[in-house]
Amino acid sequence: MLAIETRNLTRRFGDFVAVNQTSIKVEKGEVFGFLGPNGSGKTTVIKMLTGILPITEGEAWIEGLDVRTQGDTVRERIGYMSQKFSLYDDLTVLENLRFYGRAYQLKGKALHQKIEETIAANKLEKYVDRLAGRLSGGWKQRLALGCALMHEPTVLFLDEPTAGIDPVARRQLWDLLFQLSGKGITFFVTTHYMDEAERCSHLAYIYYGELIADGTPDSLRSLPEVNPPGTHRFEISAPAITTALRKAQEMSLFKSATIFGRSIHALVDDSIGQQELDHEMRRCGIEIEEIRPLIPTLEDAFVELSQRRQMQMEAA
Amino acid sequence: MKNPIQGMGAIFYKEVRHMRRDPMAFLFAFVMPVLQLVILGAAIDTNIRQVRTAVYDASGSSMMTDVSGSSESRAFLDRLRNSDTFRVYKYVHSDAELNEEMISGRASVAVKIPIDFDRNLLKGNQAQVLVMVDGSDSNVAGQAVNVSSSIGLDESLRRMLNPGRKNPIEVRPNVMFNPASRSPNFLLPGMMAILLLLVTVMLTAFSIVREKERGTIEQLLVTPVRPLGLMLGKILPYFVTGIVELAILLGFMRFVFQIPMHGNVLVLGLLTTGYLFVNLAIGVLVSSKANSQAEALQFCLVVMLLSIFLSGFMFPRETMPLWAYAFSYIVPATYMIKITRGVILRGAGLEQLWLNGAILLAMGVGLLLAAAHRFKKMTV
Repeated sequence: MLAIETRNLTRRFGDFVAVNQTSIKVEKGEVFGFLGPNGSGKTTVIKMLTGILPITEGEAWIEGLDVRTQGDTVRERIGYMSQKFSLYDDLTVLENLRFYGRAYQLKGKALHQKIEETIAANKLEKYVDRLAGRLSGGWKQRLALGCALMHEPTVLFLDEPTAGIDPVARRQLWDLLFQLSGKGITFFVTTHYMDEAERCSHLAYIYYGELIADGTPDSLRSLPEVNPPGTHRFEISAPAITTALRKAQEMSLFKSATIFGRSIHALVDDSIGQQELDHEMRRCGIEIEEIRPLIPTLEDAFVELSQRRQMQMEAA
Repeated sequence: MKNPIQGMGAIFYKEVRHMRRDPMAFLFAFVMPVLQLVILGAAIDTNIRQVRTAVYDASGSSMMTDVSGSSESRAFLDRLRNSDTFRVYKYVHSDAELNEEMISGRASVAVKIPIDFDRNLLKGNQAQVLVMVDGSDSNVAGQAVNVSSSIGLDESLRRMLNPGRKNPIEVRPNVMFNPASRSPNFLLPGMMAILLLLVTVMLTAFSIVREKERGTIEQLLVTPVRPLGLMLGKILPYFVTGIVELAILLGFMRFVFQIPMHGNVLVLGLLTTGYLFVNLAIGVLVSSKANSQAEALQFCLVVMLLSIFLSGFMFPRETMPLWAYAFSYIVPATYMIKITRGVILRGAGLEQLWLNGAILLAMGVGLLLAAAHRFKKMTV
């Protein structure tokens, strides 16, 4: 049985199609990364799967339960942590835990025990009586995760769980996710961080409502759309990066190119080798520091896929 | 079948914690209403008294003293001065000055006794007195016209009847339930209904809208908490708040303003239940429309102003145009004010007021159902 499955999942707001015929399959125990630009429909998909937003068309199951008809049972099995820190700032850590425990029907001894467990598992002992609003980002996120896990859900939806928290806390949170996924919990995570995407066991990429890629990080990097036959990639570093890119594009040296930090990631025709590229660029008066062959990163893959999709949309 | 109000207890627990942490909510729920009650009760006197009056007495000789005028005119002016309605603050000596007092707003009433006042009276002709009234406050104007006319009438009668004879008809007014015509007695029971409305509608609406603003409402909706459980858990604390506030306001009225409580407090409490339901439901309905606290405030203001002006709290409903009078029947505060005034001032009980209570209860239940429906839709 799959942890999550959707078939032609569609959501319309009036005439606007926020999510169009999206079909995904998530295996149990996977850390499933759901990526896409802002406003591309990631949150809408999560909202439909968690029952916050009705499904316009298509079907969705969570652990074999139909989201549309068995919402109540689904709710007992899923947890959700939204984009914003959605705990109560004016309640203490303990009060937040107690409230979520009670919301999930825990009572008396069971509630007490679960609270103790959550505090211990997230090392929150020191902060029990602190107002949630006065915790730092990382601790807030731990508390939110603790609250979302109190009822022992088997599928957890995390909508940009690491947005705005520091790298150390980010790393710790992901370590925790893998620990939990080892225990059989399935994670459905959205993120904008590529290092986080690299760690996912499976990725789906949604672009303005359309699912345009789906696979393991490696399979996405080696997609033919990302590595068209007869091309190769170079990383070019230059002192005046934007001028360099503009001049190179005027000469039509690149099939496509994107600036990453202080370098250009360029897709170049096979007929132009590294030597020729170096030579050509210098001949055009572009100052360059270094040219290296490049294996596409996930970011290259997504940028490439997005640009192709954009061109298709404009053509249509 | 799932428990439709699942999660009510959890939400109630949380809501009470919020209130305990929020000094502003406490201030808003209990301190501000009392403050408003006290200020209003002490400051507002709806009886029109001591209206600033300027006098130009042109009768008799025109001497440049304050005691100008003739003896006949002075008798008339004494009646004016002793009426408590007028306070003569200035005597002027020309029409221009008198006009100036009115235009500048220093005088609300100007009285002119013409030069031939005495002469006409002595000849047995009709003598005239000019009373100019500033109409910018219609209440003051009406009262001033009435009182000055009746003084004139009374003086006329006195002159026509033989000395020592009494007026043929004497009206003996008996102002029941508020014999001293004290304004607080009339105002505060109504004010109580308005304050209850203000606090319960706003607190309810704000507490739900705040969850929308923070995004926590979505978090709640993925829990097994059902929309109805969420709504009831949200409004229950404010129902209790409303009852406590009612008790506090009643206490202030009774012991600070010395307004006698002629009816049964428990009857009042019972009849208030429906009203609180109405208010809480309005709060929920507002929150289902508004996406921010600022928006909610706008909605609340509309509810407030309609309740203040169309419920008979400030202005009698009987003088409203027909459409407004008809509208006042769907303003919940209209019934609540009938109830508070009835129980507190007239000592009315269930037998007289049950219909008002029943209407409020019906409104309350109906609106709560509508609110639950809207709430479900809002939260899927």
